[in-house]
Amino acid sequence: MQLNGVLIDDEFAEAFGMKATRVIITAQNLTWAYHAATAATGFATSVIGCGCEAGVERELTSAETPDGRPGVAILLFAMSGKELAKQIERRIGQCVLTAPTSAAFAGLTEGEPVALGKNLRFFGDGFQASKQISGRRYWRIPVMDGEFLVEETTAIMPAVGGGNFLVLAESQPQALAACEAAITAMKKIPNVIMPFPGGVVRSGSKVGSKYKALIASTNDAFCPTIRGVTRSQLSPEIGSVMEIVIDGLTAEDISKSMRVGIQAMVDLGPSEGVRRISAGNYGGKLGKFHFRLHEIMAP
Amino acid sequence: MSSLRLTLRERTAQRVDLAPLTIDLLAGRSLAAVGAIELASGNRRLRVDRLFTLEGTPGDTIEIRGDASQLDRIGAGMTGGRVIVQGDAGDQLGLGMTGGVIEVSGSVGAFAASGMRGGEIRIAGDAGDFLAGAIPGNHQGMQGGLVLVSGNAGDRAGDRMRRGTVLVAGDTGDYCASRMVAGTIGVWGKVGRSTGLAMRRGTVLLQQSPSTLPPTFNDCGEFPFSFLTLLARAWKDLPAPFGTLPDSGVRVRRLMGDLANDGRGEILIRL
Repeated sequence: MQLNGVLIDDEFAEAFGMKATRVIITAQNLTWAYHAATAATGFATSVIGCGCEAGVERELTSAETPDGRPGVAILLFAMSGKELAKQIERRIGQCVLTAPTSAAFAGLTEGEPVALGKNLRFFGDGFQASKQISGRRYWRIPVMDGEFLVEETTAIMPAVGGGNFLVLAESQPQALAACEAAITAMKKIPNVIMPFPGGVVRSGSKVGSKYKALIASTNDAFCPTIRGVTRSQLSPEIGSVMEIVIDGLTAEDISKSMRVGIQAMVDLGPSEGVRRISAGNYGGKLGKFHFRLHEIMAP
Repeated sequence: MSSLRLTLRERTAQRVDLAPLTIDLLAGRSLAAVGAIELASGNRRLRVDRLFTLEGTPGDTIEIRGDASQLDRIGAGMTGGRVIVQGDAGDQLGLGMTGGVIEVSGSVGAFAASGMRGGEIRIAGDAGDFLAGAIPGNHQGMQGGLVLVSGNAGDRAGDRMRRGTVLVAGDTGDYCASRMVAGTIGVWGKVGRSTGLAMRRGTVLLQQSPSTLPPTFNDCGEFPFSFLTLLARAWKDLPAPFGTLPDSGVRVRRLMGDLANDGRGEILIRL
């Protein structure tokens, strides 16, 4: 398939079933909501090393938040509900409870409830107070700047993690520019996050390694600097490859996000160095969700 | 939806227990079967059709007309539907109810909403003593739901209340929130003496500064609590004055007590 002169590989992205939740973080202003949200979603690029994958989903206006203050919605994904619950508590406790003026609320109500402020309340050392409002329980924890308001639980739901696509460009600056255009477009899609730094990953991996201790290692077939000494999938004009990884609440959300992201890259075209779009998979045997590029980009 | 209308033939001299007449208990019964139900009145039993004229069909609404101020436990234990009282109602209105709505166009007696766990009670007139309070022998008063009183409430409103919300547009008597365990009481008028006596936890939100404050409550300062926004938004569809609390910029003075009894309750006075 060719779109605007860009070759779309007949490949598919292989994704996995995960568990996810949304947390709404508010603060006195958007700056401080972002400080809390950025910290809470920090070091959360991959479940392999970070325990969860997390990111800012979108900004929320005062009218969209429970306490009428500006805020941001974050999404957190993990391989199991138990691990996700652990990560939620740890991250909200260390990064939101501690952030001046912040408050945290459940962003999902349907699904299995897990603790949000249920255990954090004990930080109040007996001075914490609960309030049930419209059938939902909140905790008011006294802190030095006033009161930390946090909902007792949030809900977790089945989700999908690991949707991806690769851009193969003539140079590193052109690959990065294509990714930036894609991320800008993809950030407008709800229910998804791109958990890597700036939404982009340059160290795509393959399963296994020559070193026994490693379960994954660099995706040498897409590394341009060793194309002469490995089974490279890169033609001579490709000078740099980057990947965008997507986690979404549903497979449809990931499909939609991939489509707008790839379209943004395609729109740049070969004149901006974008030559090919591909996707990462493990032969289709590991992940139950397959996102075929040709189907996603079908007119 | 079908409804049953009960019109009182005459004001009863003795109090009558109306607990058997709930939507759940009457479901599927014929009008004649409803009329044959016997109600306790002191040491006597009174047939429903001797007390009321009956119209309609038992369904999801019961309407009671006439001076029902001697009729106690209206809507007791109800789980859903609607009870409309055109006029006054007796004691223990909505006792232990878990769902549904009770609307009273007049005033009600003592212990309204006692043991209530869910649903809503709207009283257009006044409420007697022990509104949402524990009946003697019970450790807890109201345990959930919403009560709106457009008039005044008597003494001991919210006594041993455990959960839920009571909003009073007018004044409350003495000892409001006495022995309160948790929950929320909002008062738009004046409160009597010793508000919060032996209060353990919970919130009393006052729109007016009380003339006296209990000595066992300590002043904690003035703050714009975020949870008040959540409360205001939850109440915004309620009739005035309950729905008029602004959802931003509300500052309150916080007093915590009763320090003679746990001391984690709060009286919030709107500034």
